[in-house]
Amino acid sequence: MSSPRAETPGANRRLMARRREAGLLLLGLPALLLLALVFAWPVLRLLSLSVEGGTLAHFEKAALDGLYVTVLLDSLRIAALVTAICLALAYPVAFWLSRAGRLGLALGMFALLLPFWTSVLVRTYAWMVLLGRNGIVNRMLRDAGWIEAPLPLLHNTTGVLIGMVHVLLPYMVLPIYAALLRVDPDLSRAAEGLGAPAWRSFLRVTFPLSLPGVSAGCALVFVLSLGFFITPALLGGGHVIMISMLIEQQVREFLEWPFAAALSTVLLLATLAIYALIGRLTRGARLATP
Amino acid sequence: MQLSVTGIIRRFGPVAALGGVDLDVAEGEFLTILGPSGSGKTTLLKAIAGFEIPDEGAVRLGGQDVTLAPPRSREVGMVFQNYALFPHMSVAQNIAFPLEMRRRPRAEVRERVAEALRLVELDSFGDRLPRQLSGGQQQRVALARAIVFNPRLLLLDEPFGALDRKLRESLQLEVRRLQRRLKLTTLFITHDQEEALIMSDRIAVMDKGRIQQIGLPGELYARPASRFVADFLGESNLLEGRARNGVAELAGFGAVPLPPAQPDGKVTLLLRPEALRIGASTAALPCRAEAVVLDTVFLGQSAKLRLQLDGGTEMLARLPLRPSDPPPPPEGSRVALGFAPEDLHVVPQG
Repeated sequence: MSSPRAETPGANRRLMARRREAGLLLLGLPALLLLALVFAWPVLRLLSLSVEGGTLAHFEKAALDGLYVTVLLDSLRIAALVTAICLALAYPVAFWLSRAGRLGLALGMFALLLPFWTSVLVRTYAWMVLLGRNGIVNRMLRDAGWIEAPLPLLHNTTGVLIGMVHVLLPYMVLPIYAALLRVDPDLSRAAEGLGAPAWRSFLRVTFPLSLPGVSAGCALVFVLSLGFFITPALLGGGHVIMISMLIEQQVREFLEWPFAAALSTVLLLATLAIYALIGRLTRGARLATP
Repeated sequence: MQLSVTGIIRRFGPVAALGGVDLDVAEGEFLTILGPSGSGKTTLLKAIAGFEIPDEGAVRLGGQDVTLAPPRSREVGMVFQNYALFPHMSVAQNIAFPLEMRRRPRAEVRERVAEALRLVELDSFGDRLPRQLSGGQQQRVALARAIVFNPRLLLLDEPFGALDRKLRESLQLEVRRLQRRLKLTTLFITHDQEEALIMSDRIAVMDKGRIQQIGLPGELYARPASRFVADFLGESNLLEGRARNGVAELAGFGAVPLPPAQPDGKVTLLLRPEALRIGASTAALPCRAEAVVLDTVFLGQSAKLRLQLDGGTEMLARLPLRPSDPPPPPEGSRVALGFAPEDLHVVPQG
């Protein structure tokens, strides 16, 4: 048999190279099909539902009725607050984890991921027990003599924030931790050797290089907060209304599928816009990191 | 500025990474710490830079005790093995960093950065990011950053390891020229003996957390103070024998005269491969033997031969080659070899 390679013209080789890539695509196909079936298709259906009958009336209602705009802005505000609190709490944890020894890392990760193994519902009910007027937190504070009247911790924004931050914290810690791990420890050593005190070395070197992780964490937490349902519904006790709750109400109580679809579309667009914004803001940082 | 290290000990658990190191580097001197990995040379460097606090001993810079001082107050410039350039800052920003930390006025910073860039011949590269530069260019940026603030001492931690051979050689000479011109006291860490010989005023050979020998490169090469130094610096034939009445009995060569005042007993003799001669020219030499060529490696300007004496001892010979010379003896051939006894060095026992 003659050597097949010697006879294969360039075009044929490209074809073979493409086939190899196609083989890889084949491996991803089941997941892609699943996503198309249970995600892309319903989203498209939702979109078409919201403009059913060729009218934009539902979007008009969403935009003009003050209630929906207020709730959407409220949801954005709460999502932004949750993101900011998560960032403030998560960064030091991630920093510590990235420099911890083997034991510290194992314990820290365990503590961080433990809540993941408990259902959000259970955790939210636990917060209701803790935060209520006669809850454990208020009773302890009163027994210690630090407060006289119980603090309003439940059925308001405070309660919602506490519960959501608790659930979403790991989504902030993990990306920042991963980004910090990739920062060469010699860099902060170099900065200190060149005359930088530890805090300046952090601000000028370590922190900017961890920005890709910060951006990923913020995007994740913000987007998850915006569509959060269980925790704000239970801990807000009806006093804090998120857009997801309005959508649920439209479907469950009023059977207003087209309007719910329009609200969902608005939420989806808002999410995508935020995502693009965060990506844009941290583009420079990502370009500079190797 | 003059650096003086006295009695430094650093233990990690039961292991002493540094087992009592004394070292003096004169002002403007280029001193190399040469040692294999795990010899403690990096720990020593860290103690001098301030990234490691020794358990015992002192580090003095220009007479001032800095043993416990944080790195930022030592005024020591360091080039890291992987350069440690800040990837999110431009070349100019990297070089400006130490000046900004010292709160120098903006005009002065700009001027000194430009000067440093000229010094390492990267004038037009100020706006680039480190990753847009080649390895050699990155190395020069790291050097510029380490010297731009007029440090009292320059530390170089194996800075040429990642570069290809040609580039490495030209950068070695460039760094050396720069160091001489600026009269920078420099401590250079490497495991590459060739590099150490090329660059240093003096070399300190380190092993097992101690300095084994310190001296001029030629001195260390010709008269190593221990088997380890003889073996680590250059290639060597180490011959074992017994001395009696100023003469050693060596397998294959017979009686070999030793330098005067050599006591009786076991001796280790060093013969560098280039001191071992081969072929007809050996006839006039007092120490001769016969051997079989095990293999021959052609190196361009010379050839390296592995030989086996009739007694079984293996030896290395390096044969200089001029273009008009006949080819070196092939594998399997029998050759005469010999050396002059004055080329022998008695390696102290220990």
